[in-house]
Amino acid sequence: MRHTISLTVENQFGVLARVAGLFSGRGYNIESLSVAETLDPSVSKMTIVTSGDDKIIEQIIKQLNKLINSIKVVDLTVTDHVEREMVLIKVSASGESRTEVLRLVDIFRGKIVDVSPDTFVIELTGDEEKISAVLNLLKPLGVKDIVRTGKVAMQRTIQHDGKGDK
Amino acid sequence: MKMNGAKIFVESLKKEGVDTIFGYPGGVVLYIYDELYRSDIRHILVRHEQGAAHMADGYARATGKVGVCLVTSGPGATNTVTGLATAYMDSIPIVVFTGQVSTNLVGNDAFQEADIVGITRSCTKHNFLIKNVRDMARTIKEAFYLARTGRPGPVVVDIPKDITIDSAEFSYPDSIELPGYKPTYEGNMNQIKRAIDMILVSKKPVIYTGGGIISSGASKELLTFAGLLKAPVTNTLMGLGGFPGEHPQFLGMLGMHGTYAANMAVTHTDMLVAIGARFDDRVTGDINEFAPEAKIVHIDIDPTSISKNVEVDVPIVGNAKSILGEMNKLLKQDRRLKEFNREIEDWKMLIAQWKESHPLTYKEGGKLKPQFVIEQIYELTKGNAVITTEVGQNQMWTAQFYKFSKPRTFVTSGGLGTMGYGFPAAIGAKVALPEATVIDIAGDGSIQMNIQELATAVQYKINVVVAILNNNYLGMVRQWQSLFYGKRYSHTDMSHKPDFVKLADAYGARGYTVDTKKDVVPVMKDALKSKLPVLIDFRVEEEEDVYPMVPSGASLKKMLLA
Ligand SMILES: Cc1ncc(C[n+]2csc(CCOP(=O)(O)OP(=O)(O)O)c2C)c(N)n1
Ligand SMILES: [Mg+2]
Repeated sequence: MRHTISLTVENQFGVLARVAGLFSGRGYNIESLSVAETLDPSVSKMTIVTSGDDKIIEQIIKQLNKLINSIKVVDLTVTDHVEREMVLIKVSASGESRTEVLRLVDIFRGKIVDVSPDTFVIELTGDEEKISAVLNLLKPLGVKDIVRTGKVAMQRTIQHDGKGDK
Repeated sequence: MKMNGAKIFVESLKKEGVDTIFGYPGGVVLYIYDELYRSDIRHILVRHEQGAAHMADGYARATGKVGVCLVTSGPGATNTVTGLATAYMDSIPIVVFTGQVSTNLVGNDAFQEADIVGITRSCTKHNFLIKNVRDMARTIKEAFYLARTGRPGPVVVDIPKDITIDSAEFSYPDSIELPGYKPTYEGNMNQIKRAIDMILVSKKPVIYTGGGIISSGASKELLTFAGLLKAPVTNTLMGLGGFPGEHPQFLGMLGMHGTYAANMAVTHTDMLVAIGARFDDRVTGDINEFAPEAKIVHIDIDPTSISKNVEVDVPIVGNAKSILGEMNKLLKQDRRLKEFNREIEDWKMLIAQWKESHPLTYKEGGKLKPQFVIEQIYELTKGNAVITTEVGQNQMWTAQFYKFSKPRTFVTSGGLGTMGYGFPAAIGAKVALPEATVIDIAGDGSIQMNIQELATAVQYKINVVVAILNNNYLGMVRQWQSLFYGKRYSHTDMSHKPDFVKLADAYGARGYTVDTKKDVVPVMKDALKSKLPVLIDFRVEEEEDVYPMVPSGASLKKMLLA
């Protein structure tokens, strides 16, 4: 099964290599990884998407915890969370298909960020489902290239009902 | 006070209580060596950096203190990699300081540059590259702290040359700030109680312990625990010495070359209490047939060891000493204990039968037997010696025939199985414990891997005894070829080798040859009194095999017995 893991680490050189080495050294797969500084510049946050059976995921989480530079590991998959990914799509757009592309971009609330006589570059943000839906619709029109950021994810704040919360 | 990096280095080591460094100089560590010239820290000049790393490791295993090693950049650093990997696999606390080219040259393929932090990332507990002299003291503090706490392990600190020249204010920090590193020592009380409930209803319990007993200093607690339960105990290779070898409840080692009784007991147990052991494949054989009917309690300081190879019923993360202490307190008051002791009587009878029907043994006659040599070494030292080994048959026979009774008396490369480990490790142990008798039980192949350290031993009068079980073969590999490759002894003949007596002589050590039973004891006695390091060439039976043996990957009950 696929898991989205949020990893808080000390923002030091070499930490990304330790994380990557942990996966490669044990034969685990990284499907996507994104990393950047947090509000506290001494700390970075990574979002890692990986897959494996329960036993492998348990090992991955324990191994990530064991890294000296890791501060916090959360398997977001088992919590309520939001996930987003951004994709840039270069799509052929000449003649009639130009309006069709514009319509799709509008429906999915994307943005055109580059225009040439026969292509558009579309910027689109969403969860995985939305992005694959758009890609499926665009493919027949001629997708020339895509770049995806990989997922970023965040735990939702627990909504209290106001009655006797702690 | 302001001082240069080299001086900060030496002052920091003093703060850590370091009395000995095993090292080898080179260009980028000359400022440090210049500082050592003025310091009273003992420096042992090795003959190969691999030797230095194993010596630091032997020093650490014999004492529990952190072993320290200092080498130059590039080849000096890469030569320690086998030593680091050896210490990493067996969770041994050492700190290896490597010199590095100056910070402005790092990444330039400079002369003698090696990315040692990159190279050792997967065989150290952690590693550091110091980029500013102001970080020197704090980094050294963290390195020692990481090496010895939690699950211990090796740490590398890479120090560029310019950092040893730059100056900073020296103050050694008294606290550690590692936000992501908080090892768990105390076991969860609920889990401990659950474990006891589970153990006390079992009928066929086995206590299976490993190196965690040694590293946490829990052998007294283990003895009490086993005494309360009156249950049988088996040790892994790394666990030997954690429980008295002559104790009536002791089954010996388990696993590939374990005893019949130990392997049968874990195969038929209904309650396996694993403490500081990690279910290594050399222990479990076919994992699906390992303790198939057992409930498992697993006590370990490292959460990643738990449920890695086998599913466990009650995991308890923490330090074995403190957890066993808690369990003993509870057991002493537990009314169910008496009943439990009675209920397991049948099981103990069955085990006694296994022990009696299949003791560890070997056939007399023919040439000198390696097992006989080890038995005599045991009789002569009665457990009052530190025994190191090389790797192969010599190691397995030592584990079987030397009855270790105290922790930190058996020093062997378990996880990595490093040939060439035993001799430098013996030197390290002897440096740490100058009064102790230290014997490396070696093979004729392995001893040639770090034989150069004989010069080190002679130079510093580190009088260890090397007992070479010389079978003219890479014996353990030959044994596999004999059993599983139709006796095709492909490249395992070791008969071409130096005359060990002359070799000892050439180095200024003492050499002996022994080919008969009657000479074993007199020569050993002589050797133990020697004022020089000793090499003894025991010419033993060439094609002797180690039994029992579980073929790699087979179930433990499929032991070959002879
Ligand atoms: C550095 C290294 N290389 C290779 C091996 C594989 N190996 C395991 S045991 C062994 C033979 C050891 O021969 P020897 O030291 O003579 O010991 P014996 O088994 O004969 O007692 C070999 C080659 C190893 N463990 N370590
Ligand atoms: Mg041999």
